[in-house]
Amino acid sequence: MIEVKNLTKTYGSITAVDNVSFQVATGQAAGFLGPNGAGKTTTMRIITGFMPATAGTVKVDGFDVFEDSFEVRKRIGYLPETPPLYLEMTVRSYLRHVGKLKAIARAAVAGAADRVIEECGLEQVAGRLCGHLSKGYRQRVGLAQALIHEPAVLILDEPTIGLDPAQIIEIRALIRRLTTERTVILSTHILPEVQQICAKVVIINAGHIALEADIAELVRERSLEEEYLRHVSGEANPALARAGAAAAGLEGGAAHA
Amino acid sequence: MRNVLAIAWRDIRSVFVSPIAYVVLTGFTLLSGWFFFNMLGQFNRLVAQYSMLQGMDTTWLNLNDAVITPLLGNLLVVLLIVIPMITMRSFAEEKSSSTFELLFTSPVRVGEMVLGKYLASAFLVTAMIAISLVFPAILFIYGNPELGITAAGFLGLYLTALAFVAAGNFTSALTSNQIIATISAMVILLLLFVIGWPAEGAGEPIKSILVYLSVTEHFQSMLKGVLDTRDLVYFASVTIVFLFLTHRAVESARWK
Ligand SMILES: Nc1ncnc2c1ncn2[C@@H]1O[C@H](COP(=O)(O)OP(=O)(O)OP(=O)(O)O)[C@@H](O)[C@H]1O
Ligand SMILES: [Mg+2]
Repeated sequence: MIEVKNLTKTYGSITAVDNVSFQVATGQAAGFLGPNGAGKTTTMRIITGFMPATAGTVKVDGFDVFEDSFEVRKRIGYLPETPPLYLEMTVRSYLRHVGKLKAIARAAVAGAADRVIEECGLEQVAGRLCGHLSKGYRQRVGLAQALIHEPAVLILDEPTIGLDPAQIIEIRALIRRLTTERTVILSTHILPEVQQICAKVVIINAGHIALEADIAELVRERSLEEEYLRHVSGEANPALARAGAAAAGLEGGAAHA
Repeated sequence: MRNVLAIAWRDIRSVFVSPIAYVVLTGFTLLSGWFFFNMLGQFNRLVAQYSMLQGMDTTWLNLNDAVITPLLGNLLVVLLIVIPMITMRSFAEEKSSSTFELLFTSPVRVGEMVLGKYLASAFLVTAMIAISLVFPAILFIYGNPELGITAAGFLGLYLTALAFVAAGNFTSALTSNQIIATISAMVILLLLFVIGWPAEGAGEPIKSILVYLSVTEHFQSMLKGVLDTRDLVYFASVTIVFLFLTHRAVESARWK
């Protein structure tokens, strides 16, 4: 169970996330959608405890990410936008190292590494340096690293970005297997991906939640694509669109300065 | 403690699978060997010249004063340049890649990261100093320098190096740019070196404060073979202060 309540994050004068609230039920997979710069990565970084929020709270399985940071960290597997690899380590020794950091019992570390190597299809490259892997395999190692301590919650930031079509299909199948008994938040720009993997969708636009809905209900009238465009352009909720446009204008101004 | 060792061990391995460790160790050995054999050569020439003159006071002409002390002084200058290059990666490299996110989303305390990184850099520096012990060993085989003075001098060098490592880790925690980390570490170390200079003309209490802060002052006193707790406390304090500042810097990097 992930509960995000009134979450706000400002970077200097930029408000990246503004009063965001949503929930993901235990065992549910939620797709996190939104245009570039909408605040997806920022929200996920706060949920994982990487950075503190400016205001608001996040609870994972009842533990506050800020107050009980370690309890939350033990329960979350996180794949950042770029897989967090040490390029000069072999895949196997890298995964063992992560296993130690994730507080896996000493005797179980090697076994855990072997387990995720098999789970993520890394047997062929286990002895190779992370820096020598293709993007698809780096992404797999990133997933393996997120899974090593058998977390109940998975936070995946654009897991299929930059992969070739065959790899996308494979990684997507892998993720679908992983989501069966876990609570998952997955950000992506590929709408069909959400439909294939997730039961729920959360759309964020310019730091505001534009939509939180069950996909099955949502797509009864329109396609997910139409819904996405409607909510991101603000047709569905003009008041939010105005706030979004103001925020986007501010960001554009900052980028030009 | 387990996290500390895991982090330290990973850093040590990464430095030893890359050429960095070997370049640093070879460069250090070459330079210190150069200093040593030149000083030894000079010492031999002086001994040869003075032995022809009768009745001269030659008590100052001993291995400690003529070879070991100046060698240690030179090694300290080399360390001042090399240590920032060893420590520059520690936090800056993680901050410039997403491994920083891995560390901060794992159940690892900031203090454990700081200690782990410190131990890793200290390990390489320990290896360097251990190699440089070859030179006094040669002197002990072929001559008779004084053990106490020699040991205190090398201990002084080692303690100074450990304090330098803490300072280098600190600047690495401030930035994600390794060049900036190196340069600012060198500036801090040089400042610690020369901070005592204005003491001559200053009045109390500024004078005592400047003298106390100066690395040179405490290092010199150990070179004389004096094991004074004040010097030991000084080196320990510098190390602890920089470790503490590193902790602060790493912690605050997340709030940006
Ligand atoms: N460290 C930072 N300092 C300042 N501004 C930042 C920082 N990180 C993100 N931002 C800003 O916060 C806003 C949200 O960024 P975020 O990375 O969360 O978006 P995103 O939804 O993940 O985008 P994308 O789809 O491109 O990955 C953007 O305007 C971005 O420029
Ligand atoms: Mg992003």
